[in-house]
Amino acid sequence: MERSLSHIALFAALIAVLGFVPQIMLPFGVPITAQSLGVMLCGTVLGARRGALAVLLFLSLVALGLPLLSGGRGGLGVFASPTVGFLIGFPIAAFVAGLVTEKLRLAILPAAGIGAFLGGVVALYAFGIPGLALMLDKTLTEAALMVVAFLPGDLIKVVLAALITQGIARMRPDALLSRG
Amino acid sequence: MLTLTSPVETPLHRLPAGLKLALLCAATVALFRIDSAAILAATAVALGTLHLALGRPIAAAALRQLRPLWPFMALLALWHGWTGELTQGVAIALRLVTAVACANLVTMTTRLTDMLAVLDRLVAPLTRLGLPTRRMTLAVALAIRFIPVLSDRIDAIRTAWSARSPRPPGWRILIPAALAALDEAEHVAEALRARGGAG
Repeated sequence: MERSLSHIALFAALIAVLGFVPQIMLPFGVPITAQSLGVMLCGTVLGARRGALAVLLFLSLVALGLPLLSGGRGGLGVFASPTVGFLIGFPIAAFVAGLVTEKLRLAILPAAGIGAFLGGVVALYAFGIPGLALMLDKTLTEAALMVVAFLPGDLIKVVLAALITQGIARMRPDALLSRG
Repeated sequence: MLTLTSPVETPLHRLPAGLKLALLCAATVALFRIDSAAILAATAVALGTLHLALGRPIAAAALRQLRPLWPFMALLALWHGWTGELTQGVAIALRLVTAVACANLVTMTTRLTDMLAVLDRLVAPLTRLGLPTRRMTLAVALAIRFIPVLSDRIDAIRTAWSARSPRPPGWRILIPAALAALDEAEHVAEALRARGGAG
């Protein structure tokens, strides 16, 4: 019980910190913000339920007025901005990523990778695109076109989430609650 | 840690947080019902005047917080410039800016403690349904407390990396960062158990 609570709180804090550490540079010089990577990790490391709760806790802190989203954004305004669909999709993304990592009887690397993709890309976009369409008064196809540019970066994050989850599994097998 | 609440006291700070949030909900719903660019423009001007009446620091902070919206404004301008439906584009942009500014104004004029009190009151009925609301408040406090702790840990990991490598740390530092969070979580769990559990 206490373990679940502290993991949820610490991973909510981790997502927040990943929003304001300097950008992570990929080997070929492409900067990425690690916050949505943190959401995927919540799922693949903590599992479906705890992962989703950690993300939900993070979003509550943002709504309460802490500037924790990457770029120092926060407060209630972000829930009225065009990207609100992605924020709503965050906890669902973590849940799906966690569920797949828990249930898929594969080695941790492919399981976490498939989980991060289905959660952090498929499920997340399934909420983000309608949100964008609604807020900007566009059709779903038009909104989908607007986010295509972010797809390569998100696919890189899927690979990183899988690699990081594997790294944790190797160094601290007990700590990986999604496979506990 | 810094919050987005404005340190400059305004009359709005003294309004009850619950009232402000209810008004914000009503205003947002209303904004999305309005399609006329003229009415939306009038609303935006009224809101801008309200900001200025509250003082320059508030107005400046509000403008700063609207800055992340510019890519969407550029996108709308391009899109509607292309299709020729300019009035519609202006209406969408005005609605967006007004809705976001309204919400930011509530955040700027409401202290974190007042927001937390509203959250407490909102989740209180859930206790009767058997939901652990005390643990929810504890989790909020823990997360806020551990943001600076984890931030320091990641700084230390970065420093250790730069001491050994001429190259900047890449994605690999995220593994020790996540491990730091996991280890810290175990310590906190133990500490909570030692003090009688989380209730």
